[in-house]
Amino acid sequence: MSIALEHIEYLYMPKTPFERQALSDVSAIIDEGSFTAIAGHTGSGKSTLLQHLNGLLHPTRGRVLVDGVDLQPADKKMRQAVKEARHKVGMVFQYPEQQLFEETVEADVAFGPRNLGCTEQEISQRVQEALQLVHLDYDTYAKRSPFQLSGGQKRRVAIAGVLALRPKYLVLDEPTAGLDPRGREELIRTIRRLHEKQGMTIIFVSHNMDDIARLADHLLVLNQGRLVCDDVPKHAFAQEAMLREAGLRPPHVMKLMQDLCAAGLPLQEETALTMHEAMDEILAAYRRQTSKNRQRKEKGGKP
Amino acid sequence: MAFIELDHVSHIYHAGTENEHQALSDVSLSIEEGEFVAILGTNGSGKSTLAKHLNALLLPTRGTCRIAGYDTCEEEDLWKIRQEVSMVFQNPDNQIIAAVVEDDVAFGPENLGMPPETIRENVHRALEAVHMTRFRKFAPHLLSGGQKQRVAIAGALAMQTHCLVLDEPTAMLDPQGREEVMTTVRQLHQERGMTIVHITHFMEEAVDADRIVVMDQGRLVVQGKPREIFAQADRMKDLGLDVPLAAELASQLRKKGVPLPQSILTDEELVAALTQ
Repeated sequence: MSIALEHIEYLYMPKTPFERQALSDVSAIIDEGSFTAIAGHTGSGKSTLLQHLNGLLHPTRGRVLVDGVDLQPADKKMRQAVKEARHKVGMVFQYPEQQLFEETVEADVAFGPRNLGCTEQEISQRVQEALQLVHLDYDTYAKRSPFQLSGGQKRRVAIAGVLALRPKYLVLDEPTAGLDPRGREELIRTIRRLHEKQGMTIIFVSHNMDDIARLADHLLVLNQGRLVCDDVPKHAFAQEAMLREAGLRPPHVMKLMQDLCAAGLPLQEETALTMHEAMDEILAAYRRQTSKNRQRKEKGGKP
Repeated sequence: MAFIELDHVSHIYHAGTENEHQALSDVSLSIEEGEFVAILGTNGSGKSTLAKHLNALLLPTRGTCRIAGYDTCEEEDLWKIRQEVSMVFQNPDNQIIAAVVEDDVAFGPENLGMPPETIRENVHRALEAVHMTRFRKFAPHLLSGGQKQRVAIAGALAMQTHCLVLDEPTAMLDPQGREEVMTTVRQLHQERGMTIVHITHFMEEAVDADRIVVMDQGRLVVQGKPREIFAQADRMKDLGLDVPLAAELASQLRKKGVPLPQSILTDEELVAALTQ
């Protein structure tokens, strides 16, 4: 099962003087269970692409298939199937907390399932489950106004609102933008848990290569509406020219490791992508270096 | 007297209602002319409330706030204060109002009643300073986020402002846009001696500041040089903040017994210390 993009092209305002091609011939497969990152600079087509994943936009040319169902079928009889397919894809927009509107956290998270026509009992169960998934204690937060929470908490309430729809694919557009470091870490942990414990497929847009490095197992890079990279992050980061052209840069950790290696620290591998990997490798290299120096001194000290 | 003087400032939102919320508690802070100060703190720590006091968008509930000697509570000095201190906000789309870049930059000086010759001259120079002259006839909505933020900065420069208060100006930008904005800010500080107050969640952006001020729950909890502040990796984590990658790695390596100096802040310093 997967979301398949087949030769997607998208024109904004076609046949007008403002016509602009936002996506050109994009093909990719996002497998169920994957943790896919989408990167690219502002205006590269990331958000346009995201909106295709659950049929908010339909391609001008090409097809989007969610678990094999074309989101824009020629046959009208497919309508019900399309509706179900679209429900499988939950969409968390940029700054989703701006869309909070209810008086209590509970009511806000309940909005989606209520619109789906769930029973009150079902709604209540889904709200509890969704809040638990984003690590907000139901008894503490359910009756509070979402507007009195911190930035990071508000955002998690907004995500709970999408999780209450029980999507199979969760799409997040720059989920950590504007959060403070603690809020960022908590949210990243939440998203990672959704992937690991709930087996949810995660698709996220990010500018932060270090976040992509430690989370994603699949990276798509867009540049001027074209897909310029579809690979595992490690391989993608090695293509510096491609990244630079796309307005991106390799993760900071990777850059630092390369600098250390160039300066002569005897690293066995310079491919560390996360801080912890880097720590271990630097420590090992440092110990090798000191013991070598010591041996050299001892040798040198003998007559 | 310093350029900015906050003397025991407290600010309470919705005082006397059930939503009453104390956003600032007894904050005293002075910032000298020409200084580059970075303000760090978690969401809700009072950073933005503090920033809004610096050009009288908010007034202290208690205490006094003086900008270039003017008390922000004196209404007749309001325009002088706003000419001294300009704000740049997080969302580039919320602060651009005109249909053409140069009109947008001219908006401030027009409101100040400057003569047309001066306005033209100021707009020209301001766009040059942020490297946006090429785009002066563009429609702002066709610009990238980084370019829009630079137009917003140009708007402040055209008013011949002395101090820029930037409230997370890079939060919504991609890496390239962030770099553009930060390069511009650093240049304005170094080449023109502008006073900069920069609020950010990106620790790397605070490394170049003369001083870092850390806010927590409405209080000013610690201030000092970046090197002193970021040497306290654990304390910063407790405050919900972070330290630059090199400082973090150095701190972890020290814990494992690698003899590294406390003061490591940049990649170059870490590389040098490990390979000497």
